[in-house]
Amino acid sequence: MATAERAILSADEIRRMLSRMAHEIVEHNGGTQELLLVGIRTRGVPLANRIQQAVSGFENTALPVGQLDITLYRDDLFEGRSLELQQTAFPVVDMAKTHVILVDDVLFTGRTVRAALNAVMDYGRPRSVGLAVLIDRGHRELPIRPDYVGKNVPTSLDEEVVVRLSEIDGRDEVVIQRPRRG
Amino acid sequence: MTERLPSLLPMPIGEVVEHRWHQRRAVLDLDDFSREEIEITLETAVRMREILGRPVRRVPALNGRTVINLFYEASTRTRVSFELAAKSLGADVVNVSASGSSIEKGETLLDTVRTLRSLGGDILVLRHPHAGAPNLVLDTTGMPVVNAGDGSHAHPTQALLDALTIRDHFGRVDGLKVLIVGDIAHSRVARSNAWGLSMLGARVSFCGPPTMLPATCLGPTADLPWPIQVELDLDRAMADAQVVMPLRIQWERQEERPISSLREYARDYGISQERLCRAPSEAVVLHPGPMNEGIEIAPEVAHGPQSLVGDQVTNGVAVRMAVLYLLVASTSDTADSASNTERSSHARAH
Repeated sequence: MATAERAILSADEIRRMLSRMAHEIVEHNGGTQELLLVGIRTRGVPLANRIQQAVSGFENTALPVGQLDITLYRDDLFEGRSLELQQTAFPVVDMAKTHVILVDDVLFTGRTVRAALNAVMDYGRPRSVGLAVLIDRGHRELPIRPDYVGKNVPTSLDEEVVVRLSEIDGRDEVVIQRPRRG
Repeated sequence: MTERLPSLLPMPIGEVVEHRWHQRRAVLDLDDFSREEIEITLETAVRMREILGRPVRRVPALNGRTVINLFYEASTRTRVSFELAAKSLGADVVNVSASGSSIEKGETLLDTVRTLRSLGGDILVLRHPHAGAPNLVLDTTGMPVVNAGDGSHAHPTQALLDALTIRDHFGRVDGLKVLIVGDIAHSRVARSNAWGLSMLGARVSFCGPPTMLPATCLGPTADLPWPIQVELDLDRAMADAQVVMPLRIQWERQEERPISSLREYARDYGISQERLCRAPSEAVVLHPGPMNEGIEIAPEVAHGPQSLVGDQVTNGVAVRMAVLYLLVASTSDTADSASNTERSSHARAH
């Protein structure tokens, strides 16, 4: 199927948004104490690392960064997705004191975040869990909302939001793909 | 019953086997696994092991699925290991053993399996004294099956957990010498390990009294398409072995006594601390269990610093989780579309 692609964010815009989100996270949590950034793989992981770097630029501290593979928690696990498992790591000493910030690239139905919440709870009972996403494209199917958003992007259901990050895709950009009807 | 005889040499090593995990209906032995499939299984097991270290050792991946452990032979670690593996993945588990079930009333294996399937079993884990029993179940009923040991034929999950244990310890399997000692002729563990470890690049060597070695290993006509070395002098064989794996004597699989006295066997083929000291200092000892301490392995070796027996037990659960997960994935109706690219699955995942 042919698709038409429309750019919605440039590399510079992504950088500024992550910097703003980093400030919001620190401000909202009253500092960097007991904060843990957790990237939801695949592209949540480099985003969490970038937020960590942004925070270290103005707070002079290196936040711990974890990563989460939610494959085994999906509600559509055996329905044709990649079944390869990636590493999950939670670098925390005491989950009960930790404010967890989940980081992902696109918030859509909310099902990935639901799975991530269940996974986090299996590591303990965090003090709180927040959600940071680069793009919120709407169309939620579950009662989930983000706390930190790079950009709200209204979309139709037949469109796809594709986030490309240099760590994985060689360049930074966000595009919307729409099937081209012939 | 069409038994698949425990021939040592069904296919030369190095022949490319094209099976892929997503086409698999069963795990019968490692002789139809490619190196890539073994490595996928081990990688998946490493991820599964992480789950076992969490406060909540359970994920919902197999919620709503039922795994049936059907055991016609005694077993502690394999049965419990499969049970914990299935439960850690969120599956329901039913244990059926030969004693106390309709098998005692004369029900055949196939009828028992058909009944268990009708009752809602999704995956069958089968241990049976006859070689080829899992193959027969798969061919006849089509039920996805994992071989948990069939006679003297195969024990694939044991070989996988041994491979994982060795790979974790040394960081590789390639190039290591693995010496399997004792009752090779009756050992499904020896056979499956010979396949799996050779496939991963280990040099596998068998050692034992001639009465315990398969006929194909002995005599001037010995002609092994596998790169398996057969050695009769244990001390010489151990001199360059990184991994030593003594086996229990399988009394239940033989009518004649293969040795004249246990004391002599322990002296000549038991892994004692003194003997282990003459192996390379990096050498480790694995044992598939159950151990007969004082016969094939001395207690101080079994529980000593060079023993990886404890790691084997932990890895056993992780490997069986990997096998159950991958088999459910490959036997799910929509598995054909599982080869979706990472990108498109990613784009729809939010």
